[in-house]
Amino acid sequence: MTKPEDTLPAVEAADPIFDYEMMIQEDKVHQRLYTEPGIFKEELTRIFGAVWVYLAHESQVPEKDNFVTSRMGLRPLIIVRDSQGDIRALYNRCTHRGSTICRESLGSAKSFQCPYHGWSYFNSGKLSGVPWPEGYACDFSDAKYNLAQVPRVASFRGFIFGTLNLDAPSLEDYLGPVREPINDWLDRHPGGKVKFSSANRLKFMGNWKLAYDNSADGYHVLFSHRSLLAMENRHHEDEQKGMSFYKGSPDGAPMYVKYYPNGHHFKDKRPNIENRPGALWEIEGIFPGMEHYEALFRERYGVKADRALDLASSEPVNINVFPNLHILGNHVQVTQPVSYNETDTTWYGTVVVDDDGELSGAVDDINTIRMRTQEAFPNFGEVDDLANFEQIQAGLAAEEDEWVYMHRGLGIKDRITEEDGVFTAPATDEVFMREYMKVYKLLMTSTPNIAITREV
Amino acid sequence: MQTVDGSIHTSHYIDDEYYQKLVSDFSGWRQADREVTDPVFRDSCRRFLDLEARFLDEVHFQDWLKLFASNCVYWVPSSADGGDPRREVSISFDDRRRLEDRIFRLSTGAAWSQRPTSRTVRLISNIEVYATDQLEIVMVRSNFQITEFRAGETRLWSGWYAHRLRDSGNEYEILVKQVNLINFDQNLRNPSIIF
Repeated sequence: MTKPEDTLPAVEAADPIFDYEMMIQEDKVHQRLYTEPGIFKEELTRIFGAVWVYLAHESQVPEKDNFVTSRMGLRPLIIVRDSQGDIRALYNRCTHRGSTICRESLGSAKSFQCPYHGWSYFNSGKLSGVPWPEGYACDFSDAKYNLAQVPRVASFRGFIFGTLNLDAPSLEDYLGPVREPINDWLDRHPGGKVKFSSANRLKFMGNWKLAYDNSADGYHVLFSHRSLLAMENRHHEDEQKGMSFYKGSPDGAPMYVKYYPNGHHFKDKRPNIENRPGALWEIEGIFPGMEHYEALFRERYGVKADRALDLASSEPVNINVFPNLHILGNHVQVTQPVSYNETDTTWYGTVVVDDDGELSGAVDDINTIRMRTQEAFPNFGEVDDLANFEQIQAGLAAEEDEWVYMHRGLGIKDRITEEDGVFTAPATDEVFMREYMKVYKLLMTSTPNIAITREV
Repeated sequence: MQTVDGSIHTSHYIDDEYYQKLVSDFSGWRQADREVTDPVFRDSCRRFLDLEARFLDEVHFQDWLKLFASNCVYWVPSSADGGDPRREVSISFDDRRRLEDRIFRLSTGAAWSQRPTSRTVRLISNIEVYATDQLEIVMVRSNFQITEFRAGETRLWSGWYAHRLRDSGNEYEILVKQVNLINFDQNLRNPSIIF
């Protein structure tokens, strides 16, 4: 392991820009957290360099030599299953002059050659050669010429994470109890797994935290998604489709929001529906071919049809892993900061795999349905959220009007319960935001023990 | 089921057979020996695409919708040349019902991504017409550039269209409109207009 030679200067608490104590209070946060480029720069180290950051999914690199490019904050990475089968997060940065060496988003390669001067690396990160080595007096077996790598890379059930922080807890401990809803989400599928498909790729001109603030927010649904709710219900006035359980009094519904330690949170809408085969399908929004496929499933799979149709339906959960992974419906959404006011949000579709044939051949038709159901929210819901995030960013330019409030539920007796650092509250409560902001504050006022590693 | 407002409330025609035919109809169709070079015929296709573009630019969605067949698809793939929509999520894949839903949503006044509504102008060019195995059906390839002004900003969308048209003698009907954005594999900011 090598330590970077220049560590960041200590945070000057006297500089109001970095006064996190002042900017993050019990009921509100300062607008500067979203609008200040200097804070974003700090976050790249103190958040994206300090905690376990989601990097890729194992189904994107199923075979030896497969790679997919990713980022950790702004650090360009190549996530590769090397020729030995080990998953690595290589810095996509030539050790010579700094150019990215891999410019494809995914593929298969035993080695990478820098297009600029031709330095080549094995997919273990080790330098394999440089053109005309006789022009160098140095010893290229020195590890410093091998690609930098994220020193700690680990997977949880297919989700690959990495951290630069040598003092971070294990991935399992970092995830803690948020593993429970992730386990549930995976275990409803045959073999307890899914594969990534292609993605709906979106971006917004706003700070990445606006997406994280939104991800367990049950308060915005009826307003931000009013057009989607109207659309979902125009065909079935009597039925309660999709997100319609937010109508009336969402806090009175059985759904709830949970906050977990380390900034993770979970909005669980499953209690709104009955626990029986077919119940999920009954609330699924309409999609192209819906009536045909339902009839086909009922004819072909008989008593198994309801289970198959449920697998084609969206699971009503939002599982959010700080700082950049969201599992919602059947999507895996990855949030990727680009700058203090630009963020990519990529919605990977997922498909069911049926290695043991337990779905009696229904898997292809299930996945066909899942492609169409997964297109609905990015097309008709997320675009409106992103427009609203952009308008928050615009509104926050009013710098004298300093505060963003997140106090819904705060101070109301018996509304929020807490056990072992896990908070449970009604669906529209902002407790998840207040609690994750405490974690954020702690991280932003700590100095992580950052290191990179290189093959020797 | 037809209702008073003309919308269709069920979707039976999107089935495996439809997908198979769609994938096959949209692969390898630009063959030199199938190109229709007759300028009068090509001009009739061009005029039809111009009309379609104008309906969208003028936000006359109901008129635009009337150009589509009752078993149509509006398809914006997320991969080059379309891929297989049974295995890939598309940027958009609308059957007739979802297309009507799309327009309905835009008309609610609460589709915040389109409030204010985008102002657009479309330039359509490089039109090529190809015959198919069915006499009354042609495929039309065209390049497009959409200039979009919204909320103080001007942006550009570019790509090429593939229209599968049925010629009923005096008018065309859109069976499939495929929109191939040049940046189909990138993160797109507010892709809420109809392309």
